Amino acid sequence: MSSRPSWNVTTSMQTLTSFVAGELLADLVDDGHDIVVLTADLATSNKLVDFADRHPERFFNVGIAEQNMMSVAAGLAACGHQVFVATFASFASLLCAEHLRTDLAYPHVPVRVLAHHAGVAMGFYGTSHHAVEDIAITRAIAGMTVISPSDTKSVRAALLASLDEPGPVYLRLGRGRDKDVYSETPTLTRGRLLTVREGADATVIATGIGVAEAAAAADQLRTEGLSIRVLDAVWLKPFDSATAVKAARETGAILTVEEHNVVNGLGTAVAESIALAGVAARLDRIALQDEYAVVAPPTHLYRKYGFTAESIAARLRALLGR
Amino acid sequence: MPISDDDLSLPRGRCAGAAELSARADWIRRRTIDLIEIAGTGHYASTFSCAEILAVLYYDTLRLRRGEPNWPDRDRFLLGKGHVAVGLYPCLADLGFFPEEWLADYTRLGSPLGDHPDMTKVPGVDFSSGSIGHNLSVGVGMALSARLRKQDFRTFVLLGDGELHEGQVWEAAMSAAHFKTGNLVAVVDANGISLDGPIETVMSVEPIAPRWQAFGWSTVEIDGNDVGALRQAFADLPPIDSDVPTLIVARTVKGKGVSFMEADAGWHLGYLSEQDRARAIAELDARLSAVEVAR
Repeated sequence: MSSRPSWNVTTSMQTLTSFVAGELLADLVDDGHDIVVLTADLATSNKLVDFADRHPERFFNVGIAEQNMMSVAAGLAACGHQVFVATFASFASLLCAEHLRTDLAYPHVPVRVLAHHAGVAMGFYGTSHHAVEDIAITRAIAGMTVISPSDTKSVRAALLASLDEPGPVYLRLGRGRDKDVYSETPTLTRGRLLTVREGADATVIATGIGVAEAAAAADQLRTEGLSIRVLDAVWLKPFDSATAVKAARETGAILTVEEHNVVNGLGTAVAESIALAGVAARLDRIALQDEYAVVAPPTHLYRKYGFTAESIAARLRALLGR
Repeated sequence: MPISDDDLSLPRGRCAGAAELSARADWIRRRTIDLIEIAGTGHYASTFSCAEILAVLYYDTLRLRRGEPNWPDRDRFLLGKGHVAVGLYPCLADLGFFPEEWLADYTRLGSPLGDHPDMTKVPGVDFSSGSIGHNLSVGVGMALSARLRKQDFRTFVLLGDGELHEGQVWEAAMSAAHFKTGNLVAVVDANGISLDGPIETVMSVEPIAPRWQAFGWSTVEIDGNDVGALRQAFADLPPIDSDVPTLIVARTVKGKGVSFMEADAGWHLGYLSEQDRARAIAELDARLSAVEVAR
């Protein structure tokens, strides 16, 4: 009887194609940027070892002490460094919610939080490791910029864009194995959605892993004669209400997709945008319905909770009465 | 003995006399009473216990330049026990970091000066505080920055003894020793009393020094209301390139300097009636009139 091959973290890391921060930030230091990186015993999981290997004097592993990490980062940033901290999104947003507010946003210091494995990316690790409240928490913090890239190229663009932010940035990252959305590195504009597909019959506004799935759904529906616009909510705060309202006005139907609780996430941002504009549109939201996800491998959870092209296509058909 | 600009830009500290520093502590208490009178409530006793610590740091030990709150090579000072900012503000104004007139509107609508210090509004505040237990971590970050940039400033963090209840303090203590930040100095204002009463009945923090030693810190224990002992402890700090951070356990008296507050633990947070205020001011003014320092 054959057994599975042995697994080790080093070979697993080779599949984390969208965890480019370690290399990119190391390159930026080579180019003269005053960047300091901290993590909390996750340097292999988030591939920041790539940075640590090249600039060990600028890398601090604080151990399993995320709150200390946030405040240490704040002290470094107050002295003028560009500081990046990385941990699981669940710990970054929930364990450190007060630190994001009181030590980063309120003093307005330039700390960039690499909140990886957002949503249910941690799969069968369970609720303690899921981050499905982080959009709600970070968007509610005054002075916090929230960016949610969807693939390797947009992660790269988001990291570079974050450097221009004078205050703190919460970068909502996936599990490092994201499907490609962009063939070229997208140009990010502060507070703007990106258009991934043009369309006139309905609009999907998605963020994170939902963007690639929405694009695939739009491609499928095009073969069925439906023209679906796909917008990438890469910039969650400030939020591009104008583009969301324009989509509501022009297509009349909007489906939001987010790996997050339905309460106070992307769907809420879209709903309040179109309501405040006085635009009537059909609206549906794919998200966790105020529940804790069950335990399963992440891709199984994506199917169960509807973060797939098939599910998005089905919800769009229903929204359009097809 | 007015303080000249030259005195304040000495390479490190300015070696004020003991009598002057003691009077400066009473001056901080006197100004604290004035400011809390505007607010209607405040932390008198918590401020009074550390008045000597603030006086010695700001008028003797810290490397500062009058009127230059953002001088890159200044020593950093972080107020972990942010609720005593009322005692810090008069010093910062006196050092020319912001206009004296700001004090007249302390805590009033739109004032930069709240019960807890806000670095974005108050020049001279090196980091905001208010949520107890964060600032030692911030200090670790500043100490690491000095190492990275090869700067020789020190970072001082004033903590309350009740603040030691917070778990993050111990995360910070562990990391400071691990990262060998010998340029970091923590001072614990060990006045023995928190909001709900004696610390030892609320949640014991003793023995303080051995606990920090076990975390890899060098410790010294002194009478924290004795300006001579404070000055000596700061003078005896290890070289800036030391590998070991220093903890100063400053044993203090809550409400120090006003006799009826020293005797009553209930003064952590409160408001002085007109009669009690007059008694407190009379005590302080009697001592201050003997030394020509206050303004």
